Amino acid sequence: MDEAALATGLRAGDEQTFEALIRTHGSRLLAVARRILGNDEEAREAVHEAFISAFRAREQFQAQSRVSTWLHRIVVNAALQKLRVRKRRAEDAIDDLLPRFLPNGDHVERFVAWTEPADETVARHEIAEVVRRAIDQLPESYRTVLLLRDIEGLSTEESANALQTTANAVKIRLHRARMALRTLLAPHFQGANA
Amino acid sequence: MTCREVSGFLHDYVAGELEPDVLAEFNRHLDGCANCRAFLGQYRDTIALGREAAAGTMPDLPDDLVKAVLATLKK
Repeated sequence: MDEAALATGLRAGDEQTFEALIRTHGSRLLAVARRILGNDEEAREAVHEAFISAFRAREQFQAQSRVSTWLHRIVVNAALQKLRVRKRRAEDAIDDLLPRFLPNGDHVERFVAWTEPADETVARHEIAEVVRRAIDQLPESYRTVLLLRDIEGLSTEESANALQTTANAVKIRLHRARMALRTLLAPHFQGANA
Repeated sequence: MTCREVSGFLHDYVAGELEPDVLAEFNRHLDGCANCRAFLGQYRDTIALGREAAAGTMPDLPDDLVKAVLATLKK
């Protein structure tokens, strides 16, 4: 079923269309929820809740939007809602992962360009695993912003709305999250720090 | 502009949001600072690596999840 037919059936409340919608988009949405929640059980719940929300809000779906984008936003919000109700964990400070500077403003460390591992086919899979583990090491509020902006592709404003904060706070947090992730990844790349 | 200041502008630089006068100073610093050029490269690599790590991690959709959603809708 193509996107236009899905959109028409969705707005009409057609159950078969909705099942097709779940089967077409469910896997991708489950991946999104897993990335945000880091937990299969909660990810399934978030996707379940997202589809129910989508069905109930189907009349709000705008014909000019893509169904996939609309569902993506709904599942992101469902997953974030679950994060909010989780018992808040004390966050580790991120400062130790940020670049250090001398009194004159120069970097303390020396950097050189990262290099690709020689064996690309084996390395791709391993690198992805290293990066996912590093992202999971970020303090929760930084990890979430990085996921929404750099991986899920939400704009600064969309991320700010989803996280109930300001656009400026999102920018600052994203920048610090990227720098911290860079520090975590550096040891895995030859010649990362001279 | 110092390395510390350049570091603080990286988000806006990568997003293409630096004001022209700030961008000119930023570029002037980069031209003369190999360390900041390398750091910028690593910053960009970090963003790209994050995107690549997320790609290709598509789980199978459990059939019982599909059935559970449809059952909830019928209630």
